[in-house]
Amino acid sequence: MSESVRESMEFDVVIVGGGPAGLAAAIRLRQLSPETSVCLIEKGSEIGAHIVSGAVIEPRGLAELFPDWQDRGAPLNTPVTSEEMLYLTESRSLRVPMLDRLMPHMANHGNYIVSLGEVCRWLATQAEELGVEIYPGFAGSEVLIENNRVVGVATGDMGINKDGAQGPNYQPGMELRGRYTLFAEGCRGSLTKQVTAHYDLRKGVDPQTYGLGIKEVWEIPAENHRPGLVQHSFGWPLDDHTYGGAWLYHFGENLVSYGFVVGLDYPNTWLSPFDEMQRVKLHPAFRKHLEGGRRVSYGARALSEGGLQAIPRLTFPGGALIGDSAGFLNVPKIKGTHTAMKSGMLAADAVIEAMQTDRVEPGSFTQRVKDSWLWEELRTARNIRPAFAQFGMKGGAVYAALDAMLLRGRAPWTLHFKHQDNETLKAAALCEKPNYPKPDGALTFDRLSSVFLSATNHEEDQPVHLRLRNPSLWKTVNWDVFQAPEARYCPAGVYEVVDEATAPALQINAQNCVHCKTCDIKDPTQNIDWTVPEGGGGPNYPAGM
Amino acid sequence: MKIVVPVKRVVDYNIKPRVKADGSGVETTGVKMSMNPFDEIAVEEAVRLKEKGVASEVVVVSIGVQQAQDTLRTAMAMGADRAILVLSEESPEPLAVAKVLKAISEKEQPGLFILGKQAIDDDMNATGQMLAGLLGWGQGTFAGKVDVADGRVKVSREIDGGTEDISVALPAVVTADLRLNEPRYASLPNIMKARKKPMETLKAEELGVDMARRLTVVSVAEPPQRQAGVKVGSVGELVEKLRNEAKVI
Ligand SMILES: Cc1cc2nc3c(=O)[nH]c(=O)nc-3n(C[C@H](O)[C@H](O)[C@H](O)COP(=O)(O)OP(=O)(O)OC[C@H]3O[C@@H](n4cnc5c(N)ncnc54)[C@H](O)[C@@H]3O)c2cc1C
Ligand SMILES: Cc1cc2nc3c(=O)[nH]c(=O)nc-3n(C[C@H](O)[C@H](O)[C@H](O)COP(=O)(O)OP(=O)(O)OC[C@H]3O[C@@H](n4cnc5c(N)ncnc54)[C@H](O)[C@@H]3O)c2cc1C
Ligand code: SF4
Repeated sequence: MSESVRESMEFDVVIVGGGPAGLAAAIRLRQLSPETSVCLIEKGSEIGAHIVSGAVIEPRGLAELFPDWQDRGAPLNTPVTSEEMLYLTESRSLRVPMLDRLMPHMANHGNYIVSLGEVCRWLATQAEELGVEIYPGFAGSEVLIENNRVVGVATGDMGINKDGAQGPNYQPGMELRGRYTLFAEGCRGSLTKQVTAHYDLRKGVDPQTYGLGIKEVWEIPAENHRPGLVQHSFGWPLDDHTYGGAWLYHFGENLVSYGFVVGLDYPNTWLSPFDEMQRVKLHPAFRKHLEGGRRVSYGARALSEGGLQAIPRLTFPGGALIGDSAGFLNVPKIKGTHTAMKSGMLAADAVIEAMQTDRVEPGSFTQRVKDSWLWEELRTARNIRPAFAQFGMKGGAVYAALDAMLLRGRAPWTLHFKHQDNETLKAAALCEKPNYPKPDGALTFDRLSSVFLSATNHEEDQPVHLRLRNPSLWKTVNWDVFQAPEARYCPAGVYEVVDEATAPALQINAQNCVHCKTCDIKDPTQNIDWTVPEGGGGPNYPAGM
Repeated sequence: MKIVVPVKRVVDYNIKPRVKADGSGVETTGVKMSMNPFDEIAVEEAVRLKEKGVASEVVVVSIGVQQAQDTLRTAMAMGADRAILVLSEESPEPLAVAKVLKAISEKEQPGLFILGKQAIDDDMNATGQMLAGLLGWGQGTFAGKVDVADGRVKVSREIDGGTEDISVALPAVVTADLRLNEPRYASLPNIMKARKKPMETLKAEELGVDMARRLTVVSVAEPPQRQAGVKVGSVGELVEKLRNEAKVI
């Protein structure tokens, strides 16, 4: 529609997404070749505005990018000093003994508790100093493919009103054309979906499986703060068929990162990840850390949990997938920052080589990944998450311990994921309703007051960015069979059932969306299509996130 | 005629500010900052005057920390021609800002200053008025409409219960109110072009301005938390609660 009036600009490399993967790739490209022009776009209003992570990070990736990261003042300020893994029952907690032997992937010696948003902001200043052009507030909304080669992306039009007509502030999108394009959109990228379909990149690999992480940052009284403390839990309140658990990290100036991850292959349509995360705070093992404090921010984001078996083909003519867009997260460790950075750096190496030898596809990326510690790490970890999917939480935990003590990741077999996450829900009539406590306003809260803390904002007069491919399916499938699971899994209260008693209908409060991507993953018939809203829209997470 | 527009970098209006634990101010580290919304309106008005051929050049000025250059780049992406960054500590006081702007005025000789009516961080609503006083120029504050013709600026001022139309001789100072215009988006092509527009960096001391603080912040506190609502069963109960709990009747 607007193609004739779109301006365009040429770069050597275009990078979509300013997370650890995209920023590491950009930095590496300019380190290797200062003449290479690199343009990076980010849909958040600034770098870091859409980043949600734990985050305990391994400094390995960063140290390879900047061996002098400490002198440069990278914001890794809280080393892990002590850690606990707890098995919870409703009122008690048992500490897992010999953590470093039974669950070596959970050992965090040498790691740092950070705000990943803050780390990304810092990486962005480093990238800009190296001459990377960074444009936050612009979302890639279309992949440009010519002669079967990706030649860049286009940003979305701005100032289109609700009905799709041009408003007074209309600005057409812009074509950012690159010899190579790297997709670093993180988990479940919307453009990554387009390239994956076009080049059939997932042929022959396991379906990707996901988790949803919901996070709060608390400020607690100084006398209770134990910087460097890391606590994880599993068990209560999830049943044996649901993968997940809570984290709690003390970091920074009297801050605590608290959150909960639920595997999105959960079967119970009544389950509400948000309410699970709220109620775990009432458990004595968590309550004692948070009581007397105040909640300062809130956010949510999906993460890829498929690991090695689910990694798609990484390259195509004109570009590559990096970071969580490709699924490089180490699941048993719940860490994807160091692997995202490493993948970005390896892709940069491959792009420079392709540029020098004038190749269309940066094909050496795949081999570089396979020859690196990144692959070895994912290979060792590959059976743990699928074991939970196949044997349940208890069986999975036993498998994980055996794997760690006896097999050391060298099992001669590989377990597989059999289902996509949208296929695992059971009909409402077959599931038991959990009984969630009402929010108390001190430790636990409702969805709306939570979204308020994420400072989410979308230009109101724009087309709804959450689209139902077939609107009539909502009533016959989502409502009649599953009783609107989206109203429960969406952590931002975007999906609301109105007129429940008389003529149930779905209302989509799109302006609340925190861009976690869960609906795009979990909708039973994948009828919900998450597309990018106008650039700059979405959450505005502060630095503690 | 040259127009100078001062623009301030403030905590973004979408952000719910958080008071620092020690009550000394509002947390700004790692918080999203952007251009004061009233200054966007001021920039828009200046750019429109240039597009109409009334103004020949639009110069934007910010007084603050190095990162204020991002704010200036945004203003140039909206259409300003060049920028001056005057380095000082974060969020200087209105009087110091007005003195710096006076020094800039001597250097640039503008015909018009357009400011925001106030900055949303400290809500002083003072800089424009002080600047007019220091320069001895006329002022049109809370502008809802601006027309420049025959060496005068006609300003429609937003006042309680209506508008007041005044005419001020140029050079003059105008401060922008909310309804003056709807600022444009900075488009990506224009943001790219703005990277190449000139930006001059000065230090406040070089302009001979004393930036020392004259105001002392005693304490900053969050507004009281709203209590959850209750449902009342009857009119009688409502009246009882209004009288004895809320004490409003
Ligand atoms: C709840 C949770 C807890 C975690 N805990 C840890 C931990 O403790 N340690 C650890 O190492 N890892 C952790 N991870 C994983 C880690 O955060 C990710 O692996 C890592 O952030 C991936 O980096 P990335 O650059 O690939 O993607 P992301 O960090 O997701 O960044 C992608 C960026 O691209 C932008 N973007 C997406 N689409 C577009 C578009 N179309 N146009 C423009 N911009 C776009 C996004 O806004 C975002 O800023 C956690 C993840 C979650 C969700
Ligand atoms: C959308 C919105 C609507 C509002 N509506 C109302 C309303 O209807 N009624 C009401 O009473 N209040 C309203 N308010 C609040 C009110 O705007 C503030 O109380 C008041 O405007 C603050 O003025 P100030 O003195 O801090 O401005 P000052 O600090 O004096 O700043 C005024 C201008 O001086 C310039 N300036 C200041 N510092 C610098 C610097 N460092 N560098 C360059 N330039 C600088 C800028 O141009 C700035 O806009 C509203 C606020 C917003 C955001
Ligand atoms: S609408 Fe979808 S992407 Fe947005 S917050 Fe809800 S589940 Fe997440």
